[in-house]
Amino acid sequence: MIEKPVDIAPEPEGAPTQYSTINMGPSHPAMHGTVRIRLTLDGEVVKDADIEIGFLHRGFEKMCEAGTWNQVVPYTDRLNYVSPLINNVGYVGAVEKLLGIEVPLRCQYIRVFCSEIARIADHLTAVGAQALEIGAYTPFLWAMQAREELYFLMEFITGARVTTCYTRVGGLRWDLPEGWQDKYLAAEKVVEARVVDMEALLTRNRIFIDRMADVGVIGPQDAVAYGFTGPCLRATGVDYDVRKNLPYLVYDRLDFDVPIGTKGDNLDRYLVRMEEIRQSIRICRQILTDIPEGPVNVDDWRVVLPPKEQVYNTIEGMIAHFELIMKGTPVPKGEAYFAVEGGNGEVGFYVVSDGSGFPYRVHCRPPCFAIMQGLKDMIVGGMLADVIPTFDGINMIGGEIDR
Amino acid sequence: MGDTLVRVRDRFPEHVIDAASAQGDDTVVLRREGIVPVLAFLRDDLGFTLPLDVTAVDLIGMAPGKPESRTPPLHPMYHTQTVPALGQVEGHRFEVVYHLRRMVDGALVRLKVPVREDDCVLPSATGVFKGFDWFEREVFDMFGIRFEGHPNLRRILNYPEFIGHPLRKDYPRRGHQPLLDMPGIEADPVPGRDDTGRAP
Repeated sequence: MIEKPVDIAPEPEGAPTQYSTINMGPSHPAMHGTVRIRLTLDGEVVKDADIEIGFLHRGFEKMCEAGTWNQVVPYTDRLNYVSPLINNVGYVGAVEKLLGIEVPLRCQYIRVFCSEIARIADHLTAVGAQALEIGAYTPFLWAMQAREELYFLMEFITGARVTTCYTRVGGLRWDLPEGWQDKYLAAEKVVEARVVDMEALLTRNRIFIDRMADVGVIGPQDAVAYGFTGPCLRATGVDYDVRKNLPYLVYDRLDFDVPIGTKGDNLDRYLVRMEEIRQSIRICRQILTDIPEGPVNVDDWRVVLPPKEQVYNTIEGMIAHFELIMKGTPVPKGEAYFAVEGGNGEVGFYVVSDGSGFPYRVHCRPPCFAIMQGLKDMIVGGMLADVIPTFDGINMIGGEIDR
Repeated sequence: MGDTLVRVRDRFPEHVIDAASAQGDDTVVLRREGIVPVLAFLRDDLGFTLPLDVTAVDLIGMAPGKPESRTPPLHPMYHTQTVPALGQVEGHRFEVVYHLRRMVDGALVRLKVPVREDDCVLPSATGVFKGFDWFEREVFDMFGIRFEGHPNLRRILNYPEFIGHPLRKDYPRRGHQPLLDMPGIEADPVPGRDDTGRAP
């Protein structure tokens, strides 16, 4: 690749030092995800930063146009691969909005349950990695241990740890397997214990606070102007959560709080995420008792596959199966935007249909795409050593930002 | 029709082509001269402060005059892509789509700007929302739509040497464009090859 000349900030009059330019990334041992930050340094102080993304671009939106509406679901696993279930829920939500169908209540509860498990896993990854970057290795291992329990639970429910592919337009791949409550409670026990352990080591730790407080600060006006959402926005003190401000599925029936920060620094982002883990556990507990019995799929063979007995034994079932596999669900002509609260913020899906069974256009609004724009403001003026913890506080996921 | 749509239409009658609400989303279709003033109006007077998204849609496959519900195509395994050749579509080819959110009540507004292919340039909205910076770069990268006044309009997801704009409908779905010479893979830089990526 040919290097293009970089615009270095003009040198101050009579300055004895010279700015140096270094590349952090694309493959750097301390970076999570492939991203390149070209830093202009004055000693150890960051003077300018040029953030370059796109190293993991796989053409998600182009691929989506090749298959039927349901065949997009596996691709959404690969967006935010730390919390794939939320992407599954968001995508099918957009298609169902365009179709004008509402899934059964049990399905809505299961989708919320899955989203919250995924959110806990996402936040554990973020805070664990952030602690790791400033030398706290043990909390990171605990976070991974707790996340592993959640991945086992996801595997139990969906059949896969990460590539879950659980939702379908109009319902789910299958209902929750028997014994899911016990599996969940076992996982929850580990998560709660590890969260307590992590807080004991971090939250009042002098070194941790010194490295995190007043580092990577961004104000609420700037954060909103950049399009921040999720924990990074709430850490600045802006009370905006898609689950509260425009409740989808059954979030309006559930009781939970939205934690917000005050200063918008790394410590606030850490504290917001830790509290959100607790709130997600609270939501899951309520679902455990509230979840109703009933079907998980809509009763419409134009949208969901008929049961296998019907496919093999009746002509109607077989035709419905054939039509759905070969031609896809006929989604009315039009467009829809549907947003869910992902691990990093508002995950939006904008879908356009031309009336056929194949998506005309699928666009994903990745939350960390907007947040990464603000990284420059958060690191310029700070120290080189604070770049990595701040970058981790954003929790950029390569698959999501580059699609 | 929602209050937002009425206020935008009454304030900018010369810019608004159409305003409607579909599936709960307020949609305004605008002329491109109106995009910056309307965005500023929505932000300052109507409280739509959160910039969500900018993207575009290539409408070349949805040519006017086509029946509403076209015959569903065969399974992609069997069908060859039938995209009309350039120049067959009259009027605009692209739609640039903006999404804004009012955080208080979660209201969404969608702005759509039709753009012609031979003149696909828009005024940049980065002066109103600095968060649209990267989104506009992505639209430029993927669709080749330029934003006048953008501070740093260069490719963002593809590498700088990439030729073509991948999300245009006439870009081959399986086109190969390796950055380095790879044995057995031929570069396929020019849009217009068939769907399989093989030479015609």
